[in-house]
Amino acid sequence: MFGSFIKKSRAKSPWIMHFDCGSCNGCDIEVLACLTPLYDVERFGIINVGNPKHADVLLVTGTVNHRNKKVLKNIYDQMPEPKAVIAIGACGNTGGVFREAYNVVGGVDKVIPVDVYVPGCPAKPEAIIDGVVMGLAKFAQKVEEAE
Amino acid sequence: METLILVIIGLLVAPLVGGLIAGLDRRVTAWFQSRQGPPIMQAFYDVAKLFGKEKMVVNQWQILCAWVYLIAAATSVALFFAQGDLLLVFFVQAIGAVFLVMGAMAAKSPYSQVGAQRELLQILAYEPVLILVFVGFYMVTGSFSIDAIWAQDIPLLAKMPLLYLALGYALTIKLRKSPFDFSTSHHGHQELVKGVLTEYSGPYLALIEIAHWYETILVLGVCALFWHTNVAWMAVLLLATYMLEILVDNTMARMTWRWMLKRVWVLGMGLSVVNLIWLYAR
Repeated sequence: MFGSFIKKSRAKSPWIMHFDCGSCNGCDIEVLACLTPLYDVERFGIINVGNPKHADVLLVTGTVNHRNKKVLKNIYDQMPEPKAVIAIGACGNTGGVFREAYNVVGGVDKVIPVDVYVPGCPAKPEAIIDGVVMGLAKFAQKVEEAE
Repeated sequence: METLILVIIGLLVAPLVGGLIAGLDRRVTAWFQSRQGPPIMQAFYDVAKLFGKEKMVVNQWQILCAWVYLIAAATSVALFFAQGDLLLVFFVQAIGAVFLVMGAMAAKSPYSQVGAQRELLQILAYEPVLILVFVGFYMVTGSFSIDAIWAQDIPLLAKMPLLYLALGYALTIKLRKSPFDFSTSHHGHQELVKGVLTEYSGPYLALIEIAHWYETILVLGVCALFWHTNVAWMAVLLLATYMLEILVDNTMARMTWRWMLKRVWVLGMGLSVVNLIWLYAR
């Protein structure tokens, strides 16, 4: 019984952590807009935490470059399982308009496995919330498969 | 036998009520900010989810410290419900508080270290106030035992109103609410990213959360002793006190530890001492 309550609780209490791999700040303020009273994601139990050890979902914005790819990997490794990664915006998905630049690695999935891609430049808050909900479904599926 | 039943009720019901209070707290806070807020059961979902996460620790000390914190908090609540000695309750909860600091100091992370130092300062601020409140109980009833308080026929609030105000400071610090929430706070984005809780994760963070529910009930229980003659008035007193805590939490910013020590030592202990002198002179 407790096991099924834990399973149910996972989807009801996703703590997100937001990492900016050098985005233009467009997607970042849209992520933060989700937390304002207008969208109020806390009503779904979502909390924005500043610590990877407490986080369930990693939101990554911006293009990954050679300088911050190690930081991104380090943050991902510090998150306890089960976890999900959501790439936000054109830059996070593919590298966007910066993909040809000499210092750019590309999208987030070049460094860590990504569960959900949220498109947009910048991504809309509604799309980000949708992405988090989809990410939760994905990580519930991952946990089932592991068991 | 009756004591044993009371202890079991305390151990089982305290975390449930503590979790509900945490959920209600978030709802009322959201209402202050014209948001909707999470479900009232949210605190239970959070803890259940944390129990289902991978066990990651920095070192073995953290496991011990989290467990001792939880056991000390539960034991102090059990002793309180067993109508035991207030001083014993106080010392047992102090053990828990110290082990929380030790757990934070066991990790090298600077956030956790600074959080631990601040937690020590918070303990330094509220423990003398708490002990002076217990001295007040002793001066009124002639005993540190909770039994002696139940034997009183008029509410203690009439005899020690200033001590109740001083206890409000201890309550705010113990609940880690603004302006005294600098060792950790319920916002993960403060300058210390959760301070003493930074290095805890998954099931061990859940243990600490449950211990915090126990402590909430313990301090509210001490508040409840001030109006033991009538259950309805006791409920009104607790409700008013907790609502005031939430209001203060939402209207105040975090202050520095120097501000806290000055405020709590001068005002909190000043109020306590004045009340104690009044009780002595009467």
